[in-house]
Amino acid sequence: MPESKMDPKSVRGFVGNKLSFSDISASEALKSAAQMDGEDIVAIVNASGLKGRGGAGFPTAKKWEYARGQEGHPKYIIGNADEGEPGTFKDRLILTDFPELVFAGMAIAGRAVGAEFGILYLRAEYGWLRAHLETAIERCRDEGMLGKVIGGAKDFSFDISIRMGSGAYICGEETALLESLEGRRGDARNRIPFPVQAGYLGKPTVVNNVETLAWVPCILLKGPSWFASRGTRKAPGAWLFSVSGDCKRPGVYEYPFGTSLRQILADVGAEDAKAVQVGGASGTCVPPAEFDRTLTPGDLATGGSIIVFGPGQDMFAVAENFQHFFADESCGQCIPCRVGNQRLLEAIARMRKVGLDREAERNVRQLAQTMSVASKCGLGQMSPRAFLSILNTFAGDLPAKHA
Amino acid sequence: MDAQQQWRTEVEQLVRVHGRSRTALMPILQDINRAHSYIPEGAMLAVSSALSVPRTEVYGVASFYAYFSVKPRGRYVIRVCRTISCAKQGEYHPAIATLITELGIGFGETTPDGLFTLEQTNCCGMCDQGPSMVVNEDVHVRLSEASVRALLTEYRQRAGAELKH
Repeated sequence: MPESKMDPKSVRGFVGNKLSFSDISASEALKSAAQMDGEDIVAIVNASGLKGRGGAGFPTAKKWEYARGQEGHPKYIIGNADEGEPGTFKDRLILTDFPELVFAGMAIAGRAVGAEFGILYLRAEYGWLRAHLETAIERCRDEGMLGKVIGGAKDFSFDISIRMGSGAYICGEETALLESLEGRRGDARNRIPFPVQAGYLGKPTVVNNVETLAWVPCILLKGPSWFASRGTRKAPGAWLFSVSGDCKRPGVYEYPFGTSLRQILADVGAEDAKAVQVGGASGTCVPPAEFDRTLTPGDLATGGSIIVFGPGQDMFAVAENFQHFFADESCGQCIPCRVGNQRLLEAIARMRKVGLDREAERNVRQLAQTMSVASKCGLGQMSPRAFLSILNTFAGDLPAKHA
Repeated sequence: MDAQQQWRTEVEQLVRVHGRSRTALMPILQDINRAHSYIPEGAMLAVSSALSVPRTEVYGVASFYAYFSVKPRGRYVIRVCRTISCAKQGEYHPAIATLITELGIGFGETTPDGLFTLEQTNCCGMCDQGPSMVVNEDVHVRLSEASVRALLTEYRQRAGAELKH
């Protein structure tokens, strides 16, 4: 039983603009899905161009179609609520304000691929949300939005249970999440097979991010062209951004893809920013000369995290903080990541003390390169990114090299 | 009843709730960790035989996750967020400095009265409202020197009230 009786609304935080989710009825979306078969649903999601909101940006319809074509039974839908990227908290807001949209999204995904059971994997740090989510699931069951004969369709049944994480960033990676659900350490799996072929307990499994799932009812009700008309051709739709750091109005903001960083900084009150970290610790650090870049998968990809650094920030202190995170969170399974992140942390600490000579720079760049090509999963592949972008732009923050 | 028999009884109760399959391992360890603030060796042994999972694997899981501990901890585990958006105002925000002073212990340590263990955590998803900390399962945001003192008093009183029952 959940221990926390905290009211999630007490830490809900600031929402900067009107969210598309706010006028969507989960039960209407489920009624609409009940009128369709799985193929129709996949076709609509495909027409919308929805891509995964966890960070990797994989086309959602493709994942569903693949799972739909699998023969294994039963199939599972996993809601990935293990939002752990530093600076990201949009899923928290969705789970606080719109949990029924997430559950409806899971049920609709279930109808699309032929799954009747879903699991929401909630990160340990959000344990205080569990009671709120259990209550929402109960309410959905009472109102016929979960359970059997959903939306009046005899062949539409779906139910959800919640499982907790126990504090591991790596478990946001879908195969590590599955390992954790199966009672193992959160070690990433080799692919192939992909989870849609052999996922939870070896059965076909769709793992979708919380925000991805919440968009599904919107797309069903407002239509794929409503969704696709926002954003860019290659990246349709809008995205929820978590903005934090040195700005006047930190919070959650919804923007269509293609919005410029400059506009976001104006909205959140951070025109004087020295740098903006887009995509969290594994993202890119952008200097003011590049503030006209846009937030879209082709340019600045993100899982939703935007951290603003004001004029006074020492950017290598930032790099060290992020690097500490990776050294701590590496699952330890593969050497490039386990040792590499530790060495990179030591190198940054040394640099902050004595500066950087040419040989040290060459070594550290070589190490970063090795990590990004030789690590087994995204954690080790991506972790040198923030450090490299800081090294490329803010070397002036380092002490001058002693003779 | 010897100590190991007690663990077997406790684990059997959890098996009745969560089942005997491998997928029950995490929920069972989570319940043990919550009830005792850590996962004692005897509990791991009992889980190992109840679920037929090798004891090295039970230990592997128990020692992998940051929210589990295989060493004793206090009744309240305080986890201070150390991600940059929460911690950016210097090494320690005044509120966190107050917390450390009030508790009189460093990170990774437990107060002599066994009430509090102080830890750091990687991003707890409260970046917009830092500094923040998670105490057991509750989250506390916008910490100030005053709010930290008030929270410690509240937890001490709560522990006192629970002990009387």
